[in-house]
Amino acid sequence: MNAVALWGLFVLIGLGTFLQRLSFIFLTGKIRMPGWLQRALRFVPASVLAALVFPALTHPTGTLDLSFGNFRLLAGLAGALVAWRTRNVLLTLLAGMLVLWALQAVF
Amino acid sequence: MKPIHSDFLAGARAVLPILLGVVPFAMITGVAAVGVGLSPLDSFGMSVIVFAGASQLAVLQLMKIGSPWIIMVLTAWIINLRFIMYSAVLAPAMQKLPTGRKSLLAYMLSDQAFGVSVSYFTTHPEVDRNWFYFGTALTIWVTWQISAIAGSLLGTLIPTSWGLDFAFPLSFMALMFAALTDHPTVVAAIAGGLTAVLGKPLPNNIGLVLATLVGIGSGLLAENMLPVNRQGRAQ
Repeated sequence: MNAVALWGLFVLIGLGTFLQRLSFIFLTGKIRMPGWLQRALRFVPASVLAALVFPALTHPTGTLDLSFGNFRLLAGLAGALVAWRTRNVLLTLLAGMLVLWALQAVF
Repeated sequence: MKPIHSDFLAGARAVLPILLGVVPFAMITGVAAVGVGLSPLDSFGMSVIVFAGASQLAVLQLMKIGSPWIIMVLTAWIINLRFIMYSAVLAPAMQKLPTGRKSLLAYMLSDQAFGVSVSYFTTHPEVDRNWFYFGTALTIWVTWQISAIAGSLLGTLIPTSWGLDFAFPLSFMALMFAALTDHPTVVAAIAGGLTAVLGKPLPNNIGLVLATLVGIGSGLLAENMLPVNRQGRAQ
């Protein structure tokens, strides 16, 4: 990929992302948001974040691995438990990374 | 009347614990960028222009396997759809600001700035929301850029066996749990997550698009099937 195509890609992605960020900050008060859109948008963060997190645990090397040899799945479950109980990013990171390193060190 | 910038400082302070999650995540995007052959300058350009780590990582993975550019663009936009929802939540407080200010605050919008700000607003109704949010967002932006540059310069020195890239799903997991506010959002997350797992073998990240749509649809369905939990909504 040459430099023009690469930076063009960044600008295209960045511009779309900026417009998404600006959307309601700019439009609220100018147009009314349809009710169905408001209801659907409520589920976007949970859906997208889960869609990013689940495969990262089940497909650590690109293929499905649900065995006990999948340390990332086990460490991820430990992180999930901490995230659920504490809602704390830092503690979740610590728990997940420590379990991963412990499993890697022991096995 | 208190001086206005005290809420900016409060925002900057409130975000400090989160930075320990932001730093490795940003570094990973720098490491990943250099890993697929971008120069540190390209990496910095992407980081400043896009400033959305999850989508940057996804695009870099697609770049590695040689996906068409349109797939990379669409994937990034899908992942970043959640910013529309954040934008809707932050919008009311920003209505009186000039367009330039709105644009600046919008550009700096991140999961972490949103999460910290909104949870602070529920317990501190008297805070100047825009200054507080600006404090969180700017602190995260600066930390992100410095960490991403560091990642792109030092990246090759960090052994991959440390598995630092695992900080990415972990930090998103914490954000995901913060987004689970009631039963329908839990249903959306489970349905979206399982669809993403099943759809992982599909080409061009189609699984991610499907998962997002299935998650939203399942959440709406769950909301319509559960008649309770409507307290506080007048209509």
